[in-house]
Amino acid sequence: MAQMTMIQAITDALRTELKNDENVLVFGEDVGQNGGVFRATEGLQAEFGEDRVFDTPLAESGIGGLAFGLSMQGFRPVPEIQFFGFVYEVMDAINGQIARIRYRSGGTQHAPVTFRSPFGGGVHTPELHADSLEGLVAQQPGLKVVIPSTPYDAKGLLISSIRDNDPVVFLEHMKLYRSFRGEVPEEEYTIELGKADVKREGSDVTLVAYGAMVHSCLKAAEELEKDGIQAEVIDLRTVMPIDLETILKSVEKTNRVVVVQEAQRQAGMASYIVSQIQERAILHLEAPILTVAAPDTVYAFTQAEEVWLPNYNDIIEKVNKVINF
Amino acid sequence: MERKLENIENQFETFQILNEEGKVVNEEAMPNLSDEELKELMQRMVYTRILDQRSIALNRQGRLGFYAPTAGQEASQLGTQFALEKEDFILPGYRDVPQLIWHGLPLYQAFLFSRGHFHGNQMPEGVNALSPQIIIGAQYIQTAGVALGMKKRGSKSVAITYTGDGGTSQGDFYEGMNFAGAYKAPAIFVVQNNRFAISVPVEKQTAAKTLAQKAVAAGIEGIQVDGMDVLAVYAATKQARERAVNGEGPTLIETLTYRYGPHTMAGDDPTRYRTDELDNEWEKKDPLVRFRKYLEGKGLWSEDEENKVIEKAKEEIKAAIKKADEQPKQKVSDLIKNMYEELPAHLQEQLEEYEAKESK
Ligand SMILES: Cc1ncc(C[n+]2csc(CCOP(=O)(O)OP(=O)(O)O)c2C)c(N)n1
Ligand SMILES: [Mg+2]
Repeated sequence: MAQMTMIQAITDALRTELKNDENVLVFGEDVGQNGGVFRATEGLQAEFGEDRVFDTPLAESGIGGLAFGLSMQGFRPVPEIQFFGFVYEVMDAINGQIARIRYRSGGTQHAPVTFRSPFGGGVHTPELHADSLEGLVAQQPGLKVVIPSTPYDAKGLLISSIRDNDPVVFLEHMKLYRSFRGEVPEEEYTIELGKADVKREGSDVTLVAYGAMVHSCLKAAEELEKDGIQAEVIDLRTVMPIDLETILKSVEKTNRVVVVQEAQRQAGMASYIVSQIQERAILHLEAPILTVAAPDTVYAFTQAEEVWLPNYNDIIEKVNKVINF
Repeated sequence: MERKLENIENQFETFQILNEEGKVVNEEAMPNLSDEELKELMQRMVYTRILDQRSIALNRQGRLGFYAPTAGQEASQLGTQFALEKEDFILPGYRDVPQLIWHGLPLYQAFLFSRGHFHGNQMPEGVNALSPQIIIGAQYIQTAGVALGMKKRGSKSVAITYTGDGGTSQGDFYEGMNFAGAYKAPAIFVVQNNRFAISVPVEKQTAAKTLAQKAVAAGIEGIQVDGMDVLAVYAATKQARERAVNGEGPTLIETLTYRYGPHTMAGDDPTRYRTDELDNEWEKKDPLVRFRKYLEGKGLWSEDEENKVIEKAKEEIKAAIKKADEQPKQKVSDLIKNMYEELPAHLQEQLEEYEAKESK
């Protein structure tokens, strides 16, 4: 099996689907000749031509509207929003239009668009590049929201997202792009959307996370093991819809939960996950469900970003609280 | 039917005063600047070129953060700013730090902006400007608001904003011009057309042959200027300012320019999308070379003079970096305190949490 970074796995998934389906179109700012500012589309224009992989004028609202329109012509658009902090520019196209067309048309029209976009902190970007804004799209019925944490998951989930007949927002954590390699099959494969993955098994506490925080949870779990605490780490992979079945199964085993996200406490998915667990599994819980999240400010400028971002120590602290409750 | 687009570029001929050899080609348009002012313009351009070189070096040493190079664009940036009065309000993009500096932002604060420290965004009293905008186009529509506010207050000042060729594709670009036009607000919209939006050439950005012509649909004045000619840029801006304060409405100024360096210092590689030939072609138009020749011809500039500016710039940059280094590091508690005028209870609690963490 090939060893790939997450960014390579994403390029591989795009190439796979460009090959498989001539209706797949990849476009966005700088995705053509430049191969994207992170090189996610490296080589794709040369391989598939400007008809299939192309630059757009600089306007996110335009990119969203174009994707909607192309899908009315039977295409399967895979637009890139250069950084997800720019999603405010394309909010109407995503939440106001693309998410609603299936319902609006009584099921006669749909927009199988996959928005790809980098996000996430810790890489010293300027303002409005790193924010965790998954909550803004996850709260919109009609959309699916996917956030991979490994190269293997990224490829399988992106292929599934592109093939899905409903619109998907596929968010790629910038810190994970090149920080490590993982095994990725060269052939095509899919990972079902809406299915979580148990990244580490444990019996004492369940850690629910997504994106880069999965790795912080794994690191915390290693540390906790030294103290004899076995943490189970669930990677949601799809944050809307969430895989409650996998979460509840784990909670029934561990009876203790900490939900971890990079987004602020008032944002993201944690509050939703907590409410779903407590509505369904309150009698299995030995302690209140705790959360780890960033403070309720705008994303910190680079000087303060390392302290602002939740880390594995914050996770260990909360785990100790639920264990010792 | 008349074909309105045919030869539209002839209506937007490039306005030039100094050609590439530093010769005056448009005597009647020559702005009324004293010898001292002419020298001041040159000093600022030389200073800014050095600042760019030092900023790039400091960035490479890890001593600066986000930085968008400016070399090549000095005439467009400083020529427009030179036509302003202190009370005029600047709404810059991320590359427009030099205009802020000459409008009064202390250099060490510009460095703090680059480092992602919020003190870099705190405009000192009397510096009428916003910090550089990251969201492309946002500043354009905000400019209509600042300008309308000035009009309502009856102040004889203008709001000036900057974007690039790429920025002209944003909805905000059209909305800004249209709103300001509808209200006849005193606004100046500058587009620094450096031919590329990161990697995308302007020919792929739009079917329009000039960007200046985009003013037509908004019903405002538009002019295309040689953005490597500081006198032309100055004269065009000065005129736009006069029209604006006289209640004649906004102007769109397209300056034809070039950025010699990468898009930003965060990994852009211009060789992926630009040729050496194009780089060389534009470096021949260099704004400093041309203006230096002109001033030398008038006996206003010498190597000695230039070296003095270079030394001064280097010293001031060194001092400013030192001052920036001395600034206390920004804390999360600072951030929490800046969210609301009065902290709500949940943030009060988080403030205590982070202050405890920070004092460890
Ligand atoms: C709304 C928004 N979309 C995309 C970006 C990312 N981005 C930053 S600069 C840039 C290109 C801008 O080109 P141009 O307007 O020509 O200005 P230049 O950088 O050439 O000065 C892009 C796409 C952004 N900052 N904001
Ligand atoms: Mg440009």
